Amino acid sequence: MNKPQRVTLFMQCIVDSCFPQVGEAMVAVLERQGLTLEYPADQTCCGQPAFNAGYRNEAARLARRFLDVFEDAECIVCPSGSCVHMVRHHYRELFAKEPRLLARAERVGARTFEFTEFLVDVLGVTDVGASWHGDVTYHDSCHLLRGLGVKDQPRALLAAVRGLNLIEMTRSDECCGFGGTFSAKYPEISEALLETKLANIQATGAGAVVGCDMGCLMHMQGMIRRRELPISVHHIAEILAGRQ
Amino acid sequence: MHSQTPLKYRELAAGAVKDSQLHRALGMMRDKVGRNAVNLYNQIAPGQDSRRAAKAVRSRIVDNLDVVLETLTENIRARGGQVYLADTGADAVEYCLQVARRHQVRRVVKGKSMLSEEICLNPALEAAGIETVETDLGEYIVQLKGEAPSHIIAPAIHYTREQVGALFAEKLGEPYTDDPPSLTAMARKALREKMLTADMGISGGNTACAETGHVTIVSNEGNIRMTSTMPRVHIVLLGIEKIAATLEDHDILLRMLTRAAAGQKISTYISYVGGPRLPDEPDGPEEFHLVLVDNGRSRILADPDFREVLHCVRCGGCLNVCPVYLNIGGHSYGSPYCGPIGAVFTPLTRGIGECSHLCQGETLCGACKQVCPVDNDLPRMLSLLRAKLADGDPKWDVLPQSRAAKLAFTAWSLVMSRRGLYDALRGLARMGQRLLPRRDGWIVRLPGPLGGWTRGRDFPPLAEESFGERWARRNRDGRDA
Ligand code: SF4
Repeated sequence: MNKPQRVTLFMQCIVDSCFPQVGEAMVAVLERQGLTLEYPADQTCCGQPAFNAGYRNEAARLARRFLDVFEDAECIVCPSGSCVHMVRHHYRELFAKEPRLLARAERVGARTFEFTEFLVDVLGVTDVGASWHGDVTYHDSCHLLRGLGVKDQPRALLAAVRGLNLIEMTRSDECCGFGGTFSAKYPEISEALLETKLANIQATGAGAVVGCDMGCLMHMQGMIRRRELPISVHHIAEILAGRQ
Repeated sequence: MHSQTPLKYRELAAGAVKDSQLHRALGMMRDKVGRNAVNLYNQIAPGQDSRRAAKAVRSRIVDNLDVVLETLTENIRARGGQVYLADTGADAVEYCLQVARRHQVRRVVKGKSMLSEEICLNPALEAAGIETVETDLGEYIVQLKGEAPSHIIAPAIHYTREQVGALFAEKLGEPYTDDPPSLTAMARKALREKMLTADMGISGGNTACAETGHVTIVSNEGNIRMTSTMPRVHIVLLGIEKIAATLEDHDILLRMLTRAAAGQKISTYISYVGGPRLPDEPDGPEEFHLVLVDNGRSRILADPDFREVLHCVRCGGCLNVCPVYLNIGGHSYGSPYCGPIGAVFTPLTRGIGECSHLCQGETLCGACKQVCPVDNDLPRMLSLLRAKLADGDPKWDVLPQSRAAKLAFTAWSLVMSRRGLYDALRGLARMGQRLLPRRDGWIVRLPGPLGGWTRGRDFPPLAEESFGERWARRNRDGRDA
């Protein structure tokens, strides 16, 4: 893909409704790259929650709508790997038997990027001029890592942040136990996975954990707050926007 | 027949997540085997592609299963073996019982068969008055304990050596020790005696080769060699899908299997069996039977969406990297096949509705797909099983599972398809959430089905202003300024 001038923002619904500051941080980073940003005001959700729970007709309703809203965008950027995985890969599954929708989904999917993937692979940038002081550890979100193959990009971006020291945790690629409705349906299991994750984070001694997906991050933060653990949780955009 | 309900699954899992000894044992599998499997695949030429090569081999075989099965059958019959195709688990059990009756069998020694767990063979043999002894050390331990295996490859992984010591002291009348070599020696002594006096051997097969007409059984303890050659009669139980067409395919799969299963380049023993003893041979059974078991597999074969699950070589690799399995252990699943493969295979053979807890009790993290030696896309199939539960599917005899959930998702998707409606509702919810108990801004108790989340975790509140609203304000203010 050529370097675009204009970027269309696709906000994960969790970011839109619960963590707008993450969206604004992403905006700040992208604007510093000299890009013109657009935000289609009638976007909502890509349909992933319904898809993962098995409600495919409901997911398809939102997927069709997503295509309508984003069809004309030249380049779409999202602060969540799992939403991009949904658009890029699961839409194909949803529309496998509808050739016209499938073709549209493929076109849009090929132009949709996760935030760190976009910075590193499309713009070719790793140093965004950010600074942040302290030790952090990075959590690999499952869909970002295994769905999109994004592993090195966020690490390269973090490595270039002045003052930031990245400490890898044990099994950073192990699931935090979120899994959408799974987390509420099977809380005992979900919490057990999360406890392991938090123990691995704490073992690094870092005071902060960084990730690229608010789904996992709100899950981790949920238990961190409940247990009053001394760890702060950040979306990578917040770090790259130079905030602390 | 084992059965399991969603509630029972939660209950067993809730107990298992607190079992630190279980986690230590499973953690060893994870670190020593699970997480190294991929490195081991990469050492095989053609390196990175070995999983894809194995997948291609498996899919070619499964797509031509009728021909492959026929070739295997012909070759085994030509050597004097008998082949029986069992439609159901009950058919397979009945056949084994008939053979046992014909030979007036009083004692059976067994080895390496998850399939016999699937079809519940042991209880049937015992009910017929036939003593049935597992000869795999791990399986022997769980049998003495009166339990089911908790791992496809390492059935007694959930025991410490102290527990095994106590068990042997109690059941074998030996003095207590927790020294592994001494324990192994005790089991060996007890099992040798059984093997020497058994009338019939029953084993599973890891794979078979149609071209040569033999079944391949890998083991690390040598018990299979004795089980398959010492008793007068030998029966091999094999799922109809576990066959390689050619010797070349067979070798590719075997190399992947041992790496995935135990982190080994090759296992200690490999037995090739395919017929009774020939006149000039010193040992081997007088009669040899191969029971090919369908038990729901042709139904899977007929569905292009799920056919892929038949590529599985039952290495157990996906268990060793599955964070859910590693926390809840095999027994929580209530099925001989546990972990990610069990979560897909068991519902397809036992009923998707009946096994809804298996379809839904996973996070779809994808670790299983990444490690599988035949690149099985288990997350895709899990998600598809959920779709069948959501909307029902007459072809699979599934009824829609929850009207409330369906209604909720339909309503949600309708709201989400109009930004105006979504904004309006979010405004209402923002006011409503003031009624929920909070601490430092985050919600500590959610109502209804979401309550599970706040059992041990706080939940983020809706922001005062959404990103969309902030963006609109920024643009407005920007213009005004
Ligand atoms: S699905 Fe793959 S990893 Fe799991 S048991 Fe089967 S072959 Fe092994």
